[in-house]
Amino acid sequence: MIPWLAYVEIAVAAAAGLLAAVSGLLGRRPSDLTLGGAALVEVLLIAQIVVAIVAPFTGNSPTGNPLEFWVYLVSAALLPAAGIAWALVDRGRWSTVIVGIACLAVAIMLYRMLVIWTVQQA
Amino acid sequence: MTSTEQDPQPRSSRRVRGVGVVLIAVYGVLALAATGRSTVQIITGFDQAPIAYSLSALAAVVYILATIALIAPGAVWYRIALVTISFELLFVLVVGTLSVVDAELFPRNTVWSYYGIGYLFVPLVLPIFGLLWLRRQRRVAAAHIQGHTIAADTVSSPVPPTGV
Repeated sequence: MIPWLAYVEIAVAAAAGLLAAVSGLLGRRPSDLTLGGAALVEVLLIAQIVVAIVAPFTGNSPTGNPLEFWVYLVSAALLPAAGIAWALVDRGRWSTVIVGIACLAVAIMLYRMLVIWTVQQA
Repeated sequence: MTSTEQDPQPRSSRRVRGVGVVLIAVYGVLALAATGRSTVQIITGFDQAPIAYSLSALAAVVYILATIALIAPGAVWYRIALVTISFELLFVLVVGTLSVVDAELFPRNTVWSYYGIGYLFVPLVLPIFGLLWLRRQRRVAAAHIQGHTIAADTVSSPVPPTGV
């Protein structure tokens, strides 16, 4: 993991998550803006997958358990996609909230991944 | 084929509505998280903390069951939802308390350790919302069955979310 990239990912996921969660609670249906935010998070996660595959070959290996890291990363990558799919099927306000929750969960998982990669305790 | 003469089943079974969808989504995320955690824990070394790791696996199964039970219609699934969610509430309280009182008992964390602090206390709050919601749904269903001829006409369910 590249720290600055990870921070960008966490910031984007948190922002997209808050945006969608708040607009959903305000009664907005899924829009290009909220779904676009989730799509951006998904793109960043795919980029992160590529980075995580390449980084060890450049001497940047995870300090923690690689298996744990990958379980987090793959799970995280499923979430925005699932949220977007849900929002496309059910175009109600609560779907917007769900997209927001998915992105916020990704932000938390990315933070955990960064911890596993950089400062692993135990 | 059996005739489907105006029985209240299709109405009362439509449990998935409104905020409930969010509840299910959060349960789904938690089920994913618990499954991921327990898979990693068991693969990397079950011997390190058999009790904690077994609990993690149990938590994963319970969250998956609860998620399915909330989605699936019918009285049987309603009961399964009730049982699994009550079970979660009980376990988050018991395991949470035990992990505070006697940390030795759980040398590795589970979803329920310290009342689910690793998951922003979602495991503590979620079953409470789940039970409240299930209770409300039962009232709605009961109201439908009692006067479903009237209810079907007057209090018809909100418009399905199609477009616009």
